[in-house]
Order: sequence, then C-alpha cells, then structure tokens
Amino acid sequence: MVERTPILNFITHLVLFLGFVLAVAPFVIVAIAASHNLKDVNDVPMSLLPGGDFWVNIKTAWTTANLGPKLLNSFIMAAGVAAGKVVISALTAFSIVYFRYPGRTFIFWLIFVTLMLPLEVRIVPTYAVVANVLSPYQTILDVTGLTWLIEKVSGVQVSMSFGLLNSYSGLILPLIATATGTFLYRQFFLTVPDELTEAARMDGAGALRFFIDILLPLSRTNMAALGTIMFLWAWNQYLWPLLITTDQSHATAVTELKQLIPNVGGAPEWHIAMAGTLIVMLPPLIVVVAMQRWFVRGLIATEK
Amino acid sequence: MASITIRDVTKSYAKSQVVHGVDLDIASGDFVVILGPSGCGKSTLLRMIAGLEEISGGEIAIDGTVVNRLEPRERGCAMVFQNYALYPHMSVAQNIGYSLKVAGVPAAERTQRIQAVARILELEPMLDRKPAALSGGQRQRVAMGRAMIREPKVFLFDEPLSNLDAKLRVQMRSEIRKLHRRLNATSVFVTHDQVEAMTLADRLVVMNGGRVEQVGTPGEIYKRPASRFVATFVGAPAMNILEGVVELDGLSLLGGSRRLPVPRVGLPVGAKVAMGIRPEAVRLVAPGSQGALNATVDLVEELGAGRVIYVDLDGAAFSVVTSETVHPAAGATVGLKISPDDMHFFSSETGARLDVFKASMPVPAH
Ligand SMILES: Nc1ncnc2c1ncn2[C@@H]1O[C@H](COP(=O)(O)OP(=O)(O)OP(=O)(O)O)[C@@H](O)[C@H]1O
Ligand SMILES: [Mg+2]
Repeated sequence: MVERTPILNFITHLVLFLGFVLAVAPFVIVAIAASHNLKDVNDVPMSLLPGGDFWVNIKTAWTTANLGPKLLNSFIMAAGVAAGKVVISALTAFSIVYFRYPGRTFIFWLIFVTLMLPLEVRIVPTYAVVANVLSPYQTILDVTGLTWLIEKVSGVQVSMSFGLLNSYSGLILPLIATATGTFLYRQFFLTVPDELTEAARMDGAGALRFFIDILLPLSRTNMAALGTIMFLWAWNQYLWPLLITTDQSHATAVTELKQLIPNVGGAPEWHIAMAGTLIVMLPPLIVVVAMQRWFVRGLIATEK
Repeated sequence: MASITIRDVTKSYAKSQVVHGVDLDIASGDFVVILGPSGCGKSTLLRMIAGLEEISGGEIAIDGTVVNRLEPRERGCAMVFQNYALYPHMSVAQNIGYSLKVAGVPAAERTQRIQAVARILELEPMLDRKPAALSGGQRQRVAMGRAMIREPKVFLFDEPLSNLDAKLRVQMRSEIRKLHRRLNATSVFVTHDQVEAMTLADRLVVMNGGRVEQVGTPGEIYKRPASRFVATFVGAPAMNILEGVVELDGLSLLGGSRRLPVPRVGLPVGAKVAMGIRPEAVRLVAPGSQGALNATVDLVEELGAGRVIYVDLDGAAFSVVTSETVHPAAGATVGLKISPDDMHFFSSETGARLDVFKASMPVPAH
C-alpha cells in the first residue's frame, strides 16, 4: 500500500534530497577544484567559491594528456563492448530459451559460472590468450604430440601466433564475454507469451525470422538498457586497458588520466587533474541522459 | 478446402498420457467443434493438427497427406489463438500481412490482399493502429484476418471467443459462422462453452479425459447422448440423472423409495441403470397426480423467458425448466411428470448408453 500524507511526503523528499546532495557533492567539489588556479587549489581548506580558470584548466588538461585520441579510443571500446554485448547476449539467451538441444542446461550453467569469474579473477589466462589467440590450439597440438608428428612428417614446425595486444579487438572482445546481459534477455524472453512464438510458426516464420522480426523489436528497451549499462561499464574499465595497451596509440581516456595526476616531486596540479576528470566523465553522462527514457523502461520491463 | 483424417492419435508427456487414441474424420468444408471440459485434451489435439505439438502416436492426414512430420507452415493450416497472439509492435496491416511477407509475396500484392481481408472484417479504418489501441472484438477480428489472408486449407480456432464479453461473443459467433459460409474452408473450433459449440457446429465432437465420447450433429448429440458424460455435459441446465434398478414392471429409483413405469424392453430385470431426463422434458403437475413423482421445491431461478425450478427428490437434486405460468414457492410440493419417451438410460457401471426399444404400448401406471 502506498500512503500519502503530507508528513510522509516531506520525509521521503527529505531523504531523497539528502541522497542527492551526498551523490552530487563530490562532483561539485571536482568542478570547483577544476576552476581554481594552482595556488587556490592547494589552499587548506580549499575555497568552495568557484575560481576563474575553468576553461584554461580544461584546455591544459586536454593538451597535456592528449585527450582527443584517447577519448576516441575510449568511445570505440565502450561502443564496441556495448554493441557486442547486446548482440551476443540476445543470441545466447535466444538459444537457451527457445531451443531444446542436448547440453543446453550444461551451457546455461557454463554461462552462469562466468558471473562468478569476472575478468579480474581470470585476468592472467585472459591476457595470455589475447597475447596469442591461437595459443590454446597450439597447446592442444603440443600436448597431443601432433606438433611433433607434423614436424617429423613435413619438417614444418607448427607455431601459431595471432596477437591482439594493442588493438581494438583486444580491448573489446574479452569484455564482451560475460553473462549479465544473457540473463537480462533470458528474463525478458521468458515473459514473451508462447502464443506469440506459435503464431509466428503458424505464419511460417523460421527461428531466425522470428528472432529478427518479433523478438528483437520487442526487446528494444532491453537493448537500450543493456547497451547503456555496458557502455558505462566499459568506459570505466581501468585494469584491462592498462594491461593490454602497452602502446599509447590504443590507450583509453580513463587510463591516461593518471598522466594528469601529480607525481611525487612534481607540482601539485590538482586543478588540471580535476579538469581532466570532468572531460572524461562527460561522454558517459551524455549517453545516460540520451538513453534515460528507454533505459528505465527496459529495466522495469513491463511493456510487452 | 481439405479433409482431415485422424487415426488413433495419442499424446504423451513425460509422465502422463493426455490423449488416448482419437479417431476422427473431418470432411472437406465441415465446421467441426470440439467440446469438452477443461483439461480434456482439446487444445492438445488441435495443436497436433496444427503442428505445434508433436504427435506421440497415430497419424494425422490433411487431404490424404500424412502431416505428422511436417512443419506448421507446410500443413496449410491457420490458427486463431485464445489470446489473439497479435504482434504488439506491428500495425494491424503488418499483423495481417506478416505471413505473406514471410512467404515473400511482393509488397503491392500484399497491400491489395490486406485491403481485401480488412474490407471483409471491417478493419479498414484501423489498419495503421497497433493492437494495443484496439478493443477486444477488433483484436479478435485482426486475429481472424491474419488467419484468412493465407487462404489456408484448414482453419483452427482455440477458444477464440472466451476473452470477449457475452454480447460480443454472440456477435463474433455469428460472424465466424458467416465467414465460414463464405469461405467454406474446413474449420476445427475448440471450446468448452456448449452454447458456442451447439450454435457453430456442423458436427460436434465431445471429448472427455483424452477420449472422444461422441461425434454427431448438435441435434443428435442433444437427443441421443452416447454416454452419461455427454448427457450431463451437453445441455443447460444439465440433464437430471437418477440411479435405479430395472424391475419387472418399471424402474425402482433412488434405492427403492420411488417407482416409475418405464418401457423395459431391452433392459434385463435387475440391471442397475442411470435414468436421465432433460430438465426441459419434465412437466410440472399437481402433486399426487397419477404417474407423477412428488418433490419439494428448493429454489426457483427466474430466466425471463422461463424459470428453472430446483427440487429435492428424496435428497437427489433435480431441475425442471418450465415456461408455464406456474409459480411454485420454495418449500411447496409439486408433482413431476416424466414421459417414458424422454428417458435416457445409461449403464451404471460403464456410463454407456443403453438402447431401449421404445414401444408405444400402454404401460401400467403405479
Ligand atoms: N507440456 C505439458 N506437459 C505435461 N502435461 C501437459 C502439457 N500440456 C498440457 N498438459 C496436460 O494435458 C492435458 C490436456 O491439456 P489441454 O491444454 O489440451 O486441455 P484443454 O482441453 O484444452 O483444456 P482447456 O479447456 O482448459 O484449455 C491437461 O491435463 C494438461 O495438464
Ligand atoms: Mg485449451
């Protein structure tokens, strides 16, 4: 039951307001710090009145960390992960929900287990695979003795190598293979009435046709929600991009922020670091605002 | 147009068998209604014809071709679902035309055929709307249109009217009937509503517990129910059943407390039978009249055109439909006159109909 009394209304609004202040305060402080000059930002306590150097600091941060290409890298990675995730999750969930085949439950649990093994846990083997995508196959050949056999027979030493370090694929692919999206889709597909599936069968639509013509349009809001969440998640990735981008050309904005953070012995240029942070925060903010309407609808998922 | 032949068809799920050897011949152009209580396997049978459900045993042939292994789209059936199953994101026109689109019919021809169907179903003004913006009856018509546009050999309906209000149901019923007359396509219609069944069917199939109890015209089934189940299931209010034993000169009812003169030709003396009598075949007479059973009125239900009178016959409930202007009050005693010609007999053990040779000989009354 929802009660509506003035007092309760007031209290709920008060709680909401406190939460809002709590959430937004660090952001405001970052913005204020970004507007000070070197001297003001290091005052203790720092003045909470905005200073006048905002645009100067932004410009300095942009050029010092060379943020232009980095933001582009970040964007390619985040968009790639979001798109890949949306596609892969929809396909896997479709297979799990709509097809009966041997091993289906096993596959379901395999996918489920990846929930418990996030990238951080399996980062070393993942790195090894990305460094040479073919290494698992090489290992199989080595272990079974096939390498040896082939070398004896043909004199050719089999050594397969295909590395993804310092590439967009290397940035994106390992982040796509997780289970959250699959489960979101699975929950949605389970709510699609069976009659709809059957009607499509009677209309002559095969599995793929049904997927493309019926299921995908119906799950538009889910896609928007998942895409947004994954964009943010990928944008904020730190460990993985740091590991596999040894070369500046593929570094992402989030990892490159560290260039702006003052080193020991360097000038304490916190105003520049804060300005850089603001820039890097902006794209995800725009995505969230743009997708918000869809995003919320997708998460409540009542529209059928 | 196509005939459907169903031979010894069974359906089993992992643990239980739900359809037990159904045999049925449906002639080309027939409107067949499958009637039965909830859970008797009507939908399952229909879905096996459609190809949505695998056939566990037996054979289904459409137009002489065994379709057991064919995909739904290869069987030439169209189906109207109980909840309409319209595609929520498509407009009415897209919904109706989807099967043509899948079949690769060119857009121009598609539009033309959608228009033709919409004209028949009076859906023209709402072709651009989404299903969510339609009333129940309109959605129903879109579902019909989606089935019609393919010009299928067979129409299958699974309780398509059960979500409509009473008035709309009657209206859609006659529209379906008209449509059938116009298209003359073989139709199989599943329902548990007997009024719907009686009014729509050329031939009625009564099912119970995964078996076919009786096949016949609605009239035949009403007049000569083949089993006690059919007798009590078809007709409202339900047929009255009184348990009795056949005696030399009549029937001893309700453990011997009542006696009725009956033609006992064909029934062995001492046989335990269930005597059935339709509520509308019972006449109310003055209590104590010759050959009448006395009973106490429990409840009178006014129907407008007539009334249903529920009486108590030594503890057995019994109903009488009367249009006469008699107004027995609750608690009053009335006489029930039952003509031997209106009696049905069923075996007490098997429930099967016992055929009585109804000689019009004078029967001594008691
Ligand atoms: N997938 C299934 N697994 C096991 N049993 C099932 C399955 N589907 C249906 N049944 C059983 O089969 C029987 C017949 O079901 P069916 O849907 O054909 O009934 P129905 O006559 O159409 O009933 P209703 O009038 O309620 O729609 C029921 O007892 C049901 O429980
Ligand atoms: Mg059913």
